[in-house]
Amino acid sequence: MNDTAASPPSGRHTLSWVVLEFLGSMNLAITLLVIVAVASVIGTVLQQNQPYPDYILKFGPFWFDTFLQLGLYDVYGTGWFISILAFLILSTSVCIYRQAPILWREMTRFRTQVRLDSLRGFHQRAEWQWLNQRPDAALQAVTDLLQKRGYRWQVADHGDHQVVAAVKGRFNRLGYLLTHTAIVVIGIGGLLDGNLWLKIKEWRGELRIETRDLAARDLPPESRLAPGTIPAFRGNVMLPEGSSANFIFLRVRDGFVLQELPFAIELKDFQVAYYDTGQPKSFVSEVLIHDQEHLGDQPLAATIRVNHPLVYSGYAIYQSDFGDGGSKLDLQAWPLAAPRPEPVAAKGEVGEALKVGGSSGALTLELDSFRLFNLLPEPDAQPGDRRFRNFGPSFGFKLRDATGEAREYFNYMAPVQMEGRWFHISGMRAQPGDPFIYLHIPADAKSSPERFLRFNARLRDTDWLRQRFEHAPVPGENADFQRDFNRVRLNLLELVTQGGFNAVAERAKAVVPADRLQEATTLYLNIVRDTLAEVFVEILREEGLAVEQGIGEQEEAFFNDAVSALAVLPTYGAPFYLQLAGFQQVEASGLQITRSSGAVVVYIGFALLTLGVFVMFYTSYRRLWIWLADEDGATRLALAGVANRRQIEFADEFAGLAAALERRVTGRASSESINQEVSESCR
Amino acid sequence: MSVTREAMLESWEQPSWVEQLNAWDGVWALLVVVGSVYAWWLYRSYMDGYEVAIQIGSTLALIVWGQYWKPARLFTLAAAVLAVLALWRYGADYELRKTSFWLKYFLESQAAFMWMSALYVLATPTYFAAMFTRSEFVGKTATALTWCATVMGLTGLLVRWRESYLLGADIGHIPVSNLYEVFILFALITALLYLFYEDRHRTRSMGGFALLAISGAVGFLLWYTFDREAHHIQPLIPALQSYWMKIHVPANFIGYGAFALAAMMGTAYLLRAGAESRRPDGLLARVLPPLDLLDDVMYKAIALGFAAFTIATILGALWAAEAWGGYWSWDPKETWALIVWLNYAAWLHLRMTKGWRGAPMAWWAVIGLFVTLFAFLGVNMFLSGLHSYGSL
Ligand code: HEM
Repeated sequence: MNDTAASPPSGRHTLSWVVLEFLGSMNLAITLLVIVAVASVIGTVLQQNQPYPDYILKFGPFWFDTFLQLGLYDVYGTGWFISILAFLILSTSVCIYRQAPILWREMTRFRTQVRLDSLRGFHQRAEWQWLNQRPDAALQAVTDLLQKRGYRWQVADHGDHQVVAAVKGRFNRLGYLLTHTAIVVIGIGGLLDGNLWLKIKEWRGELRIETRDLAARDLPPESRLAPGTIPAFRGNVMLPEGSSANFIFLRVRDGFVLQELPFAIELKDFQVAYYDTGQPKSFVSEVLIHDQEHLGDQPLAATIRVNHPLVYSGYAIYQSDFGDGGSKLDLQAWPLAAPRPEPVAAKGEVGEALKVGGSSGALTLELDSFRLFNLLPEPDAQPGDRRFRNFGPSFGFKLRDATGEAREYFNYMAPVQMEGRWFHISGMRAQPGDPFIYLHIPADAKSSPERFLRFNARLRDTDWLRQRFEHAPVPGENADFQRDFNRVRLNLLELVTQGGFNAVAERAKAVVPADRLQEATTLYLNIVRDTLAEVFVEILREEGLAVEQGIGEQEEAFFNDAVSALAVLPTYGAPFYLQLAGFQQVEASGLQITRSSGAVVVYIGFALLTLGVFVMFYTSYRRLWIWLADEDGATRLALAGVANRRQIEFADEFAGLAAALERRVTGRASSESINQEVSESCR
Repeated sequence: MSVTREAMLESWEQPSWVEQLNAWDGVWALLVVVGSVYAWWLYRSYMDGYEVAIQIGSTLALIVWGQYWKPARLFTLAAAVLAVLALWRYGADYELRKTSFWLKYFLESQAAFMWMSALYVLATPTYFAAMFTRSEFVGKTATALTWCATVMGLTGLLVRWRESYLLGADIGHIPVSNLYEVFILFALITALLYLFYEDRHRTRSMGGFALLAISGAVGFLLWYTFDREAHHIQPLIPALQSYWMKIHVPANFIGYGAFALAAMMGTAYLLRAGAESRRPDGLLARVLPPLDLLDDVMYKAIALGFAAFTIATILGALWAAEAWGGYWSWDPKETWALIVWLNYAAWLHLRMTKGWRGAPMAWWAVIGLFVTLFAFLGVNMFLSGLHSYGSL
């Protein structure tokens, strides 16, 4: 096969002919194949359809804008990309249009007009001159052979010679038609399922993309699509348990439109199951479809799982995401910066924002998430050790100040055991991408953070501290020293509670000459530590513990952990520790609902393509010509053949044919008169 | 074609496919059917209707494969026998892998993969030695090593399949679910494709090059095992819990394997062409495989790879329609599969319609491997998307 496409009689190169010639040319086809391949790369390197602020952050405003103009955030939906694809489809169609007649001829007709000279130019050829043989006997042998080998043939009598033209594997030519038609069919089907419809509606001004953060019911009519207005779409909805929706959101660029559904879908229950190793095992939504028109009052119950969508009247409903549907949380806020040790109770729902007062102005508490399970790798595990542990329920929230800056927090409900001791754990980060900094609050005998929080509150109770330490005796020292020492340690305590242990080191640097810095810092820290210990003992005494004989090992470990936690507090940044006291979980299931009218077309294309590829590659279109003439009582016979595939195999087949033919005609095995060349290279 | 050239020259009538069948073919078919039915009977409680259909399809495919290429029979049989021995030794106790001698050192999947790796790595220099020395014996040794490695690899996969169920009935799955497992599949398929062409073209001269690609995969596998501990059997995430995985992944790896083989043939082609132009009577120009052979195998491998990749991508699209809500999402992995496919479509066009041959096509086949490799590994390493469970 080559570019032997029908060309018009010379001199009549009309415009349409030139256009067709260009569109159907092999060079264009190959160029387009390569261009599509290269253009596709862009969309895989640059993450598509992310929120626009993410791109601005990544590229800066200039490049953000440039890329936006080029459509790089949704490459596969841009005009230029779709145009290239359309060109490829067009080019392939033209190619089919021009090849089809040729293929038809190849499949149905025999080319019996050949000259001996041209047969002698074939790679696969053999020629004999047989004395004492009659051409019609030879012809009989030839047709017998062709028959046995499964060839179809036609004999043409040209007077002084005869030509037999034979073919096998005609259907190979269908392979071309099937594959290339498949490309066109798949292309058209894909186009029908793309964002074409939205684009048309938008272009005609019938649709406006909504970019504000509006609830579904507030959306204006020009951003809504009634059921059936577009034949293909893909959208999402997040349904809390117990709620229902009769619409989905279609994301378009940096906004969305709302697609109404002809039915409502209600989420009865959503379940996530986990393997022992902590990976999720299944996501299952139990749903009810309400459709008054088709189902009446009896809703349709169905289960939707990953890989098991529900198809309801042409709409396919998939399990695609999950989240929190507004779990109800009972919270206790323990002040961290105030001398009060009593918690304040509060209630909230995930997704809600609460106003709270802080020492430095009002704060917004945004309740972001709740998780029932936290299966995480064992904290003490060695590398390669694959143990997991369930850390229990947790919730996440943000604290946003008046300027809009937010810190993100993540707290576990129950204390977590680490190295044999128990802690209430809270993670904090000031920037979205940062790793969490953890506050480990040691848990007391009642598994509560209370002891630590009372200790912390006492350290901020300046009245109490002054009373306790102002006149505290310092054994073996005079009154002046006592007074100075006590003032120093009160100051140091304040430094620690406001700025952590670093502040102590900073203070030392400010007031002590460099050569004595080391010594002084150590001294200061020791003073702080001893003072903290005295306060701590005081707290224990208030709890009713006997401390006269010194404190036990457990209390000492607690004290050390408490000091570590105190060190983290100044960076923690929240005026309270928010403890989860109780919850009522409400899950939400993310469903994707699609309609794809082009799918059937595409699947037909798939079938054609599969069939075509195999026919094309694994059948071979073989042609043989036998030229026969009577030369003064002798018979001249020339055999030549060509195949469009599997050349090495065809060379073998041809050699076999030639040998068999000769034996049949002459009764001999082989002879020197065979003049045949088995080519090693193809055409 | 499975008739020898001599036989064809002798016979006037070419026996048809059916006429060539003999008693052994019947025995083979029967054996496969019996084995398959027995396996179904043992494990039917784990299978749904689609999976039974896939099993029936695989059974028929195995019969036809063994008929079309005889060595496939002994190969399948050997792996099946070893796997059955392992399963029998295991019983229902996964922990036996640590104590039973035969399991621990030979048949447990990890052990089998180590044998496979060692044998492939041994076979590579052996093939090159055979090429340079032209020793029949060394060549046969290389072939034997490769066959044994492949048997061990398949055995390992079959045993691992069972092991995943021993680990927990809800964990069990076919071992083609992560990068570690498919790398083994890749090595196996590439080896089988190579062995097929070795057999059909009656030459071992290409072996070193094919095995070089396989050894590369083995090197990755060892790094992945020892450095990343990736060899542990992991349960399936929900997105992978589908019968589609059983057909989509193997089809893809026939494609990857074939493209890798084509690239190695391309490499050999370029070496030989270079050697011929520099020193036509030099050692390299004499011992490297002939150009027309390399060109032919390269074309056949790409054609086969293209066909397999077409099917794999279609299966992937059908699966995506069921799992992700659309047959095409322009997910990076999908898109790269399309890129690979278009690339080879362009290659095939140039060859078929423009008649291009020789060094440019060989170069293109080599570059094609890098494109393929990116689709196969690079996407998982560098890009995120719906397929991201395959990350390193
Ligand atoms: C996405 C677009 C296309 C794809 C995927 C495609 C695919 C293929 C494949 C796989 C082959 C088989 C190569 C082989 O036999 O080794 C082929 C052959 C061929 N293609 Fe295309 N093709 C496309 C577009 C075109 C276009 C636009 C033309 C017209 C210029 C064209 C003309 C041909 C011709 C003439 C053959 C040779 C058929 C034969 O000799 O049997 N193709 N194509």
